[in-house]
Amino acid sequence: MAALRAGKTNEEADKPSSPVLRFGSDKPLKLDAGTLLSPFQIAYQTYGTLNDARSNAILVCHALTGDQHVASTNPVTGKPGWWEVLIGPGKIIDTSRFFVICSNVIGGCLGSTGPASTNPATGKPYGLDLPIITIRDMVRAQQMLIDHFGIEKLFCVLGGSMGGMQVLEWASSYPERVFSALPIATGARHSSQNIAFHEVGRQAVMADPDWHGGKYFDYGKRPEKGLAVARMAAHITYLSEAALHRKFGRNLQDREALTFGFDADFQIESYLRHQGMTFVDRFDANSYLYMTRSMDYFDLAADHGGRLADAFASTKTRFCLVSFTSDWLFPTEESRSIVHALNAAGASVSFVEIETDRGHDAFLLDEPELFAAINGFIGSAARARGLSA
Amino acid sequence: MSVNGSQRVDLEVVANLIPPQSRVLDVGSGDGSLLELLQDTKQVDGRGLELSQRGVNECVARGLSVIQGDADKDLEFYPDKGFDFVVLSQTLQATRNPKLVLDELLRIGNRAIVSFPNFGHWRVRLSLFVKGRMPVTKDLPYSWYDTPNIHFCTIRDFVNLCEELGATVEKATALDASGQKIGLSMPWWFWNFFGQQAVFLLKR
Repeated sequence: MAALRAGKTNEEADKPSSPVLRFGSDKPLKLDAGTLLSPFQIAYQTYGTLNDARSNAILVCHALTGDQHVASTNPVTGKPGWWEVLIGPGKIIDTSRFFVICSNVIGGCLGSTGPASTNPATGKPYGLDLPIITIRDMVRAQQMLIDHFGIEKLFCVLGGSMGGMQVLEWASSYPERVFSALPIATGARHSSQNIAFHEVGRQAVMADPDWHGGKYFDYGKRPEKGLAVARMAAHITYLSEAALHRKFGRNLQDREALTFGFDADFQIESYLRHQGMTFVDRFDANSYLYMTRSMDYFDLAADHGGRLADAFASTKTRFCLVSFTSDWLFPTEESRSIVHALNAAGASVSFVEIETDRGHDAFLLDEPELFAAINGFIGSAARARGLSA
Repeated sequence: MSVNGSQRVDLEVVANLIPPQSRVLDVGSGDGSLLELLQDTKQVDGRGLELSQRGVNECVARGLSVIQGDADKDLEFYPDKGFDFVVLSQTLQATRNPKLVLDELLRIGNRAIVSFPNFGHWRVRLSLFVKGRMPVTKDLPYSWYDTPNIHFCTIRDFVNLCEELGATVEKATALDASGQKIGLSMPWWFWNFFGQQAVFLLKR
């Protein structure tokens, strides 16, 4: 089954089951690494209809291991879209009112050019021959996609975690193209601790003998064990101690007593193993290296002489930031420092901290207070933009 | 951060001081009543700063542009003259450093509007004079040990502070116990005695 799905992932990398936009040698993607990526492609999904004024478009930016299938069934897992609780007809982000676009980021593995995509120069997957991709590169590519739709100004750009970083980059790099921005559970830079966690994950992948220096495709293998361990470690950081205790405590897994061995005696162990195993079925290991690196490199203030407020100088964009009390990956202080920078830039900004024990992953879950904030913010922005209800 | 139980009769007085389409920062925006009033009637570009997270979340859910923050700590992040008006209603007495806060308001706004309960009101004086106890009134419903109001002042005190900070009083209004404006022709001592609340429009 794993092999079957792995094959499916590889298929998606070159020929995604979603729409795809291909850019030839006349339209290369300029990368921060100093090179050009060409040809390249962007896989995307859209929901709803773009209005005549092209003023109702919402761009959703996905997180580290997300994809373009935000509000429709994922072709690899068969599961519902990752933000279907929020986006769809009649939902908070109502696709009968808004035109929602979500694209797989450059460096990803579900159809936009990434390490699993075929390198036209060799006929084999890029692997580590793909230059390092940054958050700004991802946004630059998205901007080319938005151009393709003839959209001058996005009504809203939103996303959580790595998606939130893209939102901040959008607002900073293309302020005139972003009417409102909704970065959730994110930061203007990746903290030392977060880089540390990512490094553990990468080393786990690289330590797997099946990784083969990133050329596992040459050997018909995949570093599944390493990638699973990386996911297990990362998954802990997406939750909180309180949530883990509430869900699992020290409960035993399908047994009455400890086995005095290294089986998954505890429910939490079994849960994490399951998370690791299902992840390798849907994600490319090299892509995981690239995605984590892009977040590590993100430092919006550093791109603006060390002063974050300068990243948003004289912005007209309306902002709403959201953080969660138990998020230890992107604690509230990260959002607050962005808020202070936006204040200093004289920007219109709302900021909501939501009380929950569900940790970083809260942004993907059914959180009524999060939905109320998004609803209020989108509603007032729509009125300001002159969009009818 | 609005810390009194009154029905906030001062809000309308404040709103009347603000011309349409102004840029307004409401420090201590509470449940967003003033911002909503200003948005609906004056089409202002309004922002709020509010201490209580619950208040903030409710405001944002209602489409208001509000952030969680502390008047004592977070005003420093706003640029000079970033707003036409900065409003501090019924909050000054709850700040740790009212002088610094007022100074910041005058820096951030072209004008500052400050409303506060007058500790020189006759009921307050009477309570201290006759009963010898800290006053608990409809407007100031807290006991001395649980009040968030740590820096009370009278209208006279406030006028002195304005002078110290080099602020000009462009307009001042005192409201009596029933929320009625006290006649402009009345002298300061009269305001200070019968004004239950005061609203000041300041410029520096």
